[in-house]
Amino acid sequence: MIVFDKPKSLADVSMHYCPGCTHGIVHRLVAEVIDELGIEGITVGVAPVGCSVMAYNYFNCDMVEAAHGRAPAVATGLKRANPDSIVFTYQGDGDLASIGTAETVHSAARNENITIIFINNAIYGMTGGQMAPTSLPGQVTQTSPYGRDTSHCGFPVKVCEMLSQLDGPEYLERVAVNSVKNVRNAKKAIRKAFENQIAGKGFSLVEVISSCPTNWGMTPQKALEWIDEKMIPYYPLGVYKDRSANKEGGNG
Amino acid sequence: MTDKVLMKGNEALAEAAIMAGCRHYFGYPITPQTEVAAYLAKRMPKIGGTFLQAESEIAAINMVYGVAAAGLRVLTSSSSPGIALKSEGLSYLAGADLPAVIINVQRGGPGLGGIQPSQSDYFQATKAGGHGDFRMIVLAPNSVQEMADLTVKAFDLADQYRMTAMILADGTMGQMMEPVSLNYGEPKKIEKPWAVTGTKCLRKHNVVNSLFLVPDELEQFNFARYERYKQIEENEVMYEEYMMDDAEICIVAFGIAARVSKNAISEARKQGIKVGMIRPITLWPFPKAPMLKAADKVKEFICVEMSMGQMIEDVELAVRCKKPVTLCNRVGGMIPSPEQVLASIVEASKKGE
Repeated sequence: MIVFDKPKSLADVSMHYCPGCTHGIVHRLVAEVIDELGIEGITVGVAPVGCSVMAYNYFNCDMVEAAHGRAPAVATGLKRANPDSIVFTYQGDGDLASIGTAETVHSAARNENITIIFINNAIYGMTGGQMAPTSLPGQVTQTSPYGRDTSHCGFPVKVCEMLSQLDGPEYLERVAVNSVKNVRNAKKAIRKAFENQIAGKGFSLVEVISSCPTNWGMTPQKALEWIDEKMIPYYPLGVYKDRSANKEGGNG
Repeated sequence: MTDKVLMKGNEALAEAAIMAGCRHYFGYPITPQTEVAAYLAKRMPKIGGTFLQAESEIAAINMVYGVAAAGLRVLTSSSSPGIALKSEGLSYLAGADLPAVIINVQRGGPGLGGIQPSQSDYFQATKAGGHGDFRMIVLAPNSVQEMADLTVKAFDLADQYRMTAMILADGTMGQMMEPVSLNYGEPKKIEKPWAVTGTKCLRKHNVVNSLFLVPDELEQFNFARYERYKQIEENEVMYEEYMMDDAEICIVAFGIAARVSKNAISEARKQGIKVGMIRPITLWPFPKAPMLKAADKVKEFICVEMSMGQMIEDVELAVRCKKPVTLCNRVGGMIPSPEQVLASIVEASKKGE
């Protein structure tokens, strides 16, 4: 008999996420990996500012809530203070790719031995659906009501591609959680990102293409389809860097 | 006194931090605090510590936040514009009740200002370290010895009260060399059961956080924090009284301005003017009581400071405007001369004659 249990590393509380939001899936994947690796007792997570600001209530390990965008710097402090701990950050696109760009780039450049779970849903969710650094060209948001005009506000930031140009990082992969197959791949990538840290290999970032049905103005089902139709063509899935496997730059 | 060594203020401070058990330093280059970073860059790797040059002041203070959350003693240093960048982090440290020590080797402002000594970050340090209701303990050294001693004190106070403590120095204090004696014994150990060191699966998970969306709850945290601040105001005020027994004029000055004022006081005393000084060592908590007491005896207070008049507001409040408080100042990186301070003393002595 197969019993489908809640991971131990996930607190037994209801989450505040909207119906159809994929944060719940990613939280669960992270918790499953922590359980499977047996690292719950030595793991410290860092929550961002954004929709997942209250992640500290959902993970059962020690947690720190960081200032907006500063999670990689806080994680750097935590890891340097206690190198035997396993430190991960969980950040959205506004947090990681806009206000915290410097902290992201430089923690990658230092090959800081931390794990970053990066949720890219192309929008600011918590504040009600404003244009994100990762919003697609033409995407309608509260602050791009006529669609993202690239001649006015530029192009989306492709985090994995950008960081793959640095010598520092160990591992960069982009995954999605809009289908069973993609969720399974996402878990593999998240597991590898934690295993890398345990092995002392360094900076590992998994970008997770996620949905925001509420702020995209779509049903949950349509939002998952929109990931396939619009998001993945702009943000191709794959390994962007895996130094141990001698993979540098490029996707696939 | 064979144990005395000749050191720069910035270096004595850095060595004292190590003696206080600090093994983690994060900073970003800025004049005139560079020696703190340079010294620790050499020392930390040799004693198993961490020196890390951050990508920005903002990153540095958030690295500090991480180490503090893990329960270890941690230091950052900067100079005025850099401290402004750290103010976000200072507020978060306060909101999460995390201890840390911050050094501000002040330079002239506003804006990029200059690189010469200044005391114009008094407001920033004592009133406006960042957004929200919070305080920092602010210590103002006036010698290389105090740069070191107050740094050790800052670590102890920060841990004891779970808050940030700032050393408010200036370029002169940082750069000048004096003989100092560094003997502090074993660093104080304060239990930190709230630290995020991993649950070891033996306890409920710890959360270091400054977000409280329920107003009642946030109010209670603020009340509790200010109860702690009240204890600090009762127990931790430090100041030096100099020639105040018979003084009719009272100078109030801190840091290098107090050193200059001492020279002026000696000269004035030679001329028969009864002048003394109250030198605040803690700028917060501010030594209000001795000033109020002095207000009954002296006819005038002279606030000597290297700003357009910032501490003077606290002096006026402390003496409840019972006596006039005048300002003797230089700004922009200029230091008042003993002659300028003497002239202010002579002028005050002639009033009412």
